[in-house]
Amino acid sequence: MNTSLLKKLTSAALLAGTILTAQAALKVGDDFPDLAGFKLDGKLPDALKGKVVIVDFWASWCGPCKESFPAMNDLQKTYADKGLVIVAVNEDEEKSDMQDFLKDNAATFTVVRDAEQKLVGVAGIQTMPSSFVLDDTGKVRFIHSGFHGAETRKEYGQQIESLLKK
Amino acid sequence: MHPFQRKLILLAALAVIIGTQTGCDTVKPWQRKTLADYTMRGDRDPLGDGITDHIFFSREMASGGKGVGGGGCGCN
Repeated sequence: MNTSLLKKLTSAALLAGTILTAQAALKVGDDFPDLAGFKLDGKLPDALKGKVVIVDFWASWCGPCKESFPAMNDLQKTYADKGLVIVAVNEDEEKSDMQDFLKDNAATFTVVRDAEQKLVGVAGIQTMPSSFVLDDTGKVRFIHSGFHGAETRKEYGQQIESLLKK
Repeated sequence: MHPFQRKLILLAALAVIIGTQTGCDTVKPWQRKTLADYTMRGDRDPLGDGITDHIFFSREMASGGKGVGGGGCGCN
């Protein structure tokens, strides 16, 4: 009897641990949390409602993130006039890492820094970089895990165009 | 239940709680700066790896089994 009680206690403790540490990741169809509520370092674009938004999580130490910057600049150039806003959220622990990176990899889109790493926790991403494509109502419509060169660039183009049409 | 048994169970439960709540933590995908460093790569020294493999194989008549998870950038 004692062992079964012990087992129960153990599993209860494990379950509690799992619940406390697990973070629900954002899924397609979820409302993306309001960026203004996360004390992000940097200026956010004025109006996100009514726009198609890419929220991209990146860090300076991440190779594919670096690869994604020219593609993001390209997307910005092609679709900014048509209603696309790109918000690249930096997750570096040191601000200087981000600044050094941006010196070598200029960004034409909005870059903000999630200094407290709260937003990324809420988003619950599994890999760097990860991005969320939001429609004009702020709902998550597409999620990208990682950046796979021209393939990902093409997907972004198709997804943005399908969302801008509406 | 004997008071001693009760104490024992409480102690065990406490140990489990401390172990699960404070002991281990996983490195989140956005906290891998140090792991993404070049020096953390297992394959950064091909010659050294070759020598180590050769010695290992000569002694053990077996090779492989070196792969470990958890290092690197974990990107993509």
